[in-house]
Amino acid sequence: MKKLLFLGLFGLMAAVTYAGGYRVSLQGQRSLAMGHTGVAVVNNAELAFFNPAGLVYLENKINVAAGASAVFSNVKYQNSEFGLSSQTDSGVGTPFYAYGSYRVNDWLTLGLAAYTPYGSSVEWPTDWAGSHLVNNIDLQAIYIQALASVKISDKLSVGGGPIYVNGSVNFNRNLDRTLSDLEGDRANVTVDASGVNAFGWSASAMYNATEDLRFGINYRSEIMVEAEGGDADFENIPNSPLTPFVDTQFDASLPMPAELSVGVSYELLDKWLFAFDYNRTYWDVYKSLDLDFQNPAIPDSQNPRNYKNSSTYRFGLQYLANETVTLRVGYYFDESPVQSGYFAPETPRNDAHGFTGGLSLNLNDKFSIDASFLYNRYEEVNESYAPDPSDFPNYDGVPFEGTYKTSAFIPGLGVTYKL
Amino acid sequence: MKQYFKYIAILALGIVSCEPEFDNPVDEAGAYSNGEADFSTYVALGNSLTAGYADNALYITGQENSYPNILVQQFEKTQDIEEFAIPFMNDNAGGLLLGGNQITSNRLVLAVGEDGSPSPQVYAGMQASTEVGNVLQGSFGNMGVPDAKSYHLGFSGYGDVQGVEVGTANPYFVRFASSPDATVLEDALAQAPTFFSLWIGNNDVLGYATSGGTGESQTGMNPAEYERNDITNPIVFNTIYQEMVEALSASTSGGVLINIPDVAAVPFFNTVPFNPLNPQDPAQQEYAAQIDLLNSTFAPLNQAFAFLSAEDRNVEFSETDKSAVLVHDESLQNISSELTQVLMQGGLDEATATLYGMQFGQMRPAKESDRILLTASSQIGEVNAERMQELMQAGLDQAAAGRLSINGITYPLQDEFVLIPEEQTIIENTVDAYNVIISQVAEANGLGYVDSQSLLNELADGGISFDGGTITSEYIRGGAFSLDGIHLTPRGNAVMANEIIDVINSTYNANVPKVNVGTYNTVTLSNDVQ
Repeated sequence: MKKLLFLGLFGLMAAVTYAGGYRVSLQGQRSLAMGHTGVAVVNNAELAFFNPAGLVYLENKINVAAGASAVFSNVKYQNSEFGLSSQTDSGVGTPFYAYGSYRVNDWLTLGLAAYTPYGSSVEWPTDWAGSHLVNNIDLQAIYIQALASVKISDKLSVGGGPIYVNGSVNFNRNLDRTLSDLEGDRANVTVDASGVNAFGWSASAMYNATEDLRFGINYRSEIMVEAEGGDADFENIPNSPLTPFVDTQFDASLPMPAELSVGVSYELLDKWLFAFDYNRTYWDVYKSLDLDFQNPAIPDSQNPRNYKNSSTYRFGLQYLANETVTLRVGYYFDESPVQSGYFAPETPRNDAHGFTGGLSLNLNDKFSIDASFLYNRYEEVNESYAPDPSDFPNYDGVPFEGTYKTSAFIPGLGVTYKL
Repeated sequence: MKQYFKYIAILALGIVSCEPEFDNPVDEAGAYSNGEADFSTYVALGNSLTAGYADNALYITGQENSYPNILVQQFEKTQDIEEFAIPFMNDNAGGLLLGGNQITSNRLVLAVGEDGSPSPQVYAGMQASTEVGNVLQGSFGNMGVPDAKSYHLGFSGYGDVQGVEVGTANPYFVRFASSPDATVLEDALAQAPTFFSLWIGNNDVLGYATSGGTGESQTGMNPAEYERNDITNPIVFNTIYQEMVEALSASTSGGVLINIPDVAAVPFFNTVPFNPLNPQDPAQQEYAAQIDLLNSTFAPLNQAFAFLSAEDRNVEFSETDKSAVLVHDESLQNISSELTQVLMQGGLDEATATLYGMQFGQMRPAKESDRILLTASSQIGEVNAERMQELMQAGLDQAAAGRLSINGITYPLQDEFVLIPEEQTIIENTVDAYNVIISQVAEANGLGYVDSQSLLNELADGGISFDGGTITSEYIRGGAFSLDGIHLTPRGNAVMANEIIDVINSTYNANVPKVNVGTYNTVTLSNDVQ
């Protein structure tokens, strides 16, 4: 019976889909179960992401945490004036993490981390009402980071390390709302770039005010992923000098914005742990997604985004039920970086309320299983994509309006190992 | 431990099956309403405009974007409906084959010439592959038959392949007639339609109009005796139209009748100006260089016109301004022989004077009130080979014959290229008469009345704005009309569909959503031409 249920969960994971966002906050099952708090929590190797400075306070010599989430997310679009409706088709993707730390001596712990903090996979029905903005997008970025955690005193530690990013993007949209070839097939372009490398860093500190009260701060730098010489593939272009679109190369850059986290945790009666995190994501760097085509006959493509910096407020609670079972719940409010009038169906994201829960099962002294789930609640929103011409004079698209509703349910499973 | 996993698994499966739900989903029953109309079996009757004919041909994407098919997609948002079958052509090239021989030409596409200027050309990227004899099975919702006149819908034998060559049958109807003697109306009624639209009568006057008024305005009561370019007697139209609508009304919950637009609103009749000859136009250098010679050629004629007190026929081409083309006006007094006499008295030899007399006896410069047809645009300024042959046979040498054979400049545009004001009046009066009949029949039967006349006039007079600009009836650029200048583009069909939806909503207390005009295509680009 147990086996069957396990299979059930993993079966779900095989049909994984990504959420309609681009920052994917799923970097540890224990943290996620507590509202994705963790900058001031010393729990397991998930610290490698949340606050590397805390790694040095882990009790064991070797700590490993790994896991993955299955994102079931759908977005619906409708326009009541014209009776249009569309729904994204679930793609497949697996946000994952793997962290390890090794205590070298009393004051130094080294670590290695791999995680996927940014990504997006949205697939609308081909040629849907907003197909001139996006038919489908698949954006992936894997972060690999080397870490050092240094204890300055029993109260204070610092940590951080360099980040290597390997990213890929595949994006398809129709050239405009009507252009078709003679057979009526819509003219479209696919841009594809993979194996794009970039570098960044993170730095953090942890302060243990008392045995029960901790403060943490973590900063992860902005990383500009610059795709050079990606492939642009034009399809269904009419045979006409008026539409000089031929396959070519393109350059584009996409920011992985910087993120600052501060937080506090408080332990009560050895059984209860409260955590609060505040995240600030510096999205304002994402002004516009510009595709610079190498063929000079092809006009460059400007896709205004005009994101704003956004905040997330996270609350988590952990209860040690017994030797074997630890229970967790959490809540967060995630502010969308998308401004009104820039609601592109490529990242159809408005403010989200996240409700989380989960548990750990300590199978023995070394090994535990961590499970979590996240339910994201989004309000129905009437929005448009209508870039302000005074900010984006080169954008000549027509406003695209409608009502959006997103849902996301994300179960996740992980393991913790300590030695 | 078992329990925990169970709960998680159940929770996972439970929420996975949950999808985002709108408060008022537009894709569920109740979002819109068919009101008192029942769209479950919709039949669209009409001619080329209903069939989705465009760019001088019928082809698949045009059929898909016909206003009836656009309507059906919106009807579907109000109730469950039967499949709306369309007698699709075999390709997007558009021509018809009869026994393997092509009998109608391929569609037009907008091609860019070597000089960079776009112009409509016949698509040559593939062979036409629609064989008329391959009759489609089943019944069809879109029963628009290109070329059909009002009285054709009740003609037995109109769908008989044997009659195509002799002209008693229509190849488009042959393709989907239920039997060789079935009439369009019978096949429509056999489907027991619950809703219908009827847009017929255009060709009853368009045949005359597009031929430059070469037919006659019939007073005869038997349409079987009409010629192709004749105008259907409004009394005959009245009888046929009324009977047809009553038969359709009897079985349906409702329908709409669409009236006839003015020719003046259609690019075919309003694109070529009366004075297209322009020495400032870089494309007309050849003409500009000839102006002196032309004026000296016409000098003796002008003297003769003065002598005959026919100064209104004087020809003088301006060195700086635009000049009118010359037209043949059959309503003018024929002064051929007088002209010949005067020219001979002026010293011209008899042969030349006779030719001049013949050629210019009913000639005058075009006036603003004339309508030069779109078909003339490719002819004006070109040598008319046929006329040149005639002149050479009459004794002129090749150079002289060529000089007198330039369409619109030395050889007056013939009847088939021009609608003179008298012809326009006949057309206008007929259209008005038809539209009175259509509106009366609509009222008598409690049907929706769609005023396409006003709609197309609006497109011609400033246009209709939409989220991506303004759609007008301007040829090629305006977006409403396809490259044949008569039939609508997909976007033009969308505008038409929205107008019909308005009428349906108000007539039947319905709430059918409109379509977004800006998402429909206009003219098709292709350089796959000869």
